[in-house]
Amino acid sequence: MLGYTVRRLFGVIPVLFLVSLLVFALMQAAPGDPVSMLISDEASAEDRARAAEAWGLDQPAPVQYLNFVRNALNGDFGTSFRYREPVMALVLDRLPATLELALFATLLAVLVGIPLGVLSAARPNSVLDSIGSVVGFFGISMPNFWLGIMMILVFSGYMNLLPSSGREPWGMGLDRVTGFLTLDAVLQGRWDALAQALRHLAMPAIVLGTSMMGIIMQVTRASMLENLGEDYIMTARAKGLSGRTVLWRHAFRNALVSVITITGLEFGALISGAIIVETVFSWPGIGLLLIQGITFRDFPLIVGLVLIYTSLFVLMNLLIDLAYSLVDPRIRMR
Amino acid sequence: MASLTLSSSSARARFGFLLTPKALFGLTVLSALVICGLFAPLLAPFDPAKQDLMRAMIAPQPGGPHVLGTDHVGRDLLSRLIYGARVSLLIAAAVVLFSGAFGVALGVVSGYFGGRTDSVIQKFLEVFWAFPPLLLAIAIVAFLGQGLGIVILALASQRWIPYCRMSRAEAMALRDREFVVAARSLGAGHLRVLWHHILPNILPSTLVVGTFAMATAIISEAALSFLGLGVPPTIPTWGGMLADARSYISTSWWMALFPGLCIFVTLLGINLLGDVLRARLDPKIRNL
Repeated sequence: MLGYTVRRLFGVIPVLFLVSLLVFALMQAAPGDPVSMLISDEASAEDRARAAEAWGLDQPAPVQYLNFVRNALNGDFGTSFRYREPVMALVLDRLPATLELALFATLLAVLVGIPLGVLSAARPNSVLDSIGSVVGFFGISMPNFWLGIMMILVFSGYMNLLPSSGREPWGMGLDRVTGFLTLDAVLQGRWDALAQALRHLAMPAIVLGTSMMGIIMQVTRASMLENLGEDYIMTARAKGLSGRTVLWRHAFRNALVSVITITGLEFGALISGAIIVETVFSWPGIGLLLIQGITFRDFPLIVGLVLIYTSLFVLMNLLIDLAYSLVDPRIRMR
Repeated sequence: MASLTLSSSSARARFGFLLTPKALFGLTVLSALVICGLFAPLLAPFDPAKQDLMRAMIAPQPGGPHVLGTDHVGRDLLSRLIYGARVSLLIAAAVVLFSGAFGVALGVVSGYFGGRTDSVIQKFLEVFWAFPPLLLAIAIVAFLGQGLGIVILALASQRWIPYCRMSRAEAMALRDREFVVAARSLGAGHLRVLWHHILPNILPSTLVVGTFAMATAIISEAALSFLGLGVPPTIPTWGGMLADARSYISTSWWMALFPGLCIFVTLLGINLLGDVLRARLDPKIRNL
């Protein structure tokens, strides 16, 4: 297992290296001079040259790339043109907001998707199965930005029930400890703040979790159907075990492997899916930071964020693979 | 070789699966999209770009001139939706074709030759697969700018991967089959074998992958346009219309409802059709 882990870890390094090369090449191919984003158009030629030198933009592209990689390996992803702050600090400041949103979305998707998938598989072609299948198709076909806008229309506009943007009301005065507002509120015993944080989370989490719910439901159903057709299910039934025991203790336990895998993979995808949801709900996470960075052509911020997103995604997928190989040793042999 | 003249009974056996409700719904939606796309100027009651501030934000009037209402600068919503279908269709078709040709070519070569060629191509694939969904597309548009060609390139940048995986697996399975070995031993070159023996056998699976690729391309294009990273804002798109609608959500619900409904129904239709095709043509393919 250790050998496999090490081998997979080393396999990831060249991929991330090539990813950084690709992103850097894209930045170099961008039309326009990045110095013009740093300094006013009326600046003198000397001022422009000085700014270019200060930001290392006067160096040839390969040198700039090597400098970038060297700094990135030390956790320094450059300095934002707009905020004049290290990209890493900006990202770390907003990462908890994105992770909190993604975690709640996953929780919702799992809590609804798995039972729906198991119950549809237990009675194929029943009314419940049809409902499940409709929910599954709606989930994967629903554009999350539209769902978000329509929910704002109904729950914020007409019913005035839920807030349409942000993470907390103005002046709530909750101290940041972990950056996860729900957790911070519990730690400080601020139940009013917890309620507010959950009210703000509700719509974005539902919107972000919908397509994942559809996928989890479909995978659970397919995997359950596969397992319910196996001989050991017939044996368990022949022993006289109740339908519920057979369903949950026998079939579901074996179906769980693929359900966990898809949940993990989808969680990685959720973090980037949150870019759109954060834009809809003005949720102050790294997705909104990226979109604002693009609007201001803040190149170091965009490059840094793309690489951080991709690294998170790759590491998440690696963890899933490792967990999978722990459950199913045959995978390690390949 | 399939003969082109089919007796009606064999045609029913072949294409009967397309007569189920799921498939019919999908085919209807797809046909509507193609008709709107091709004949937009004939179908649209108004010029989609014509602004008229005196007639801004008119609510839908069934029977009236603006059946689905107007937007914040007085453009007719129905006309913009019809022209939006054109953009969605054009971009999705281009993405499906380009990424399909690229992915299948690479995948077939990878699977058929194996060895060194295969591992280089797989490494190349891994780099593009490392990006989370849509992120590479966002990065490409962010750096290279907004344009029809760049959006197509951006959306195709990851869409070729499922084609490549599928055709690699199929080519690997086919290369040791008797008819391929026989063709080789009769002196057929690799190119001839790939073109006449491998590719035709991959077509059904390509159709399945292509259907889902089309759904992904349509929703991704809409997402990019919604984020303001799609085609230039002067071109009407469903995603762009939704982005406009955000600012007027409290006063003009129709601006948000109809473009989203168009995207949703289109995706639902294509996904259902894809599901039917997959069940019929290639049950192996799941989430590639």
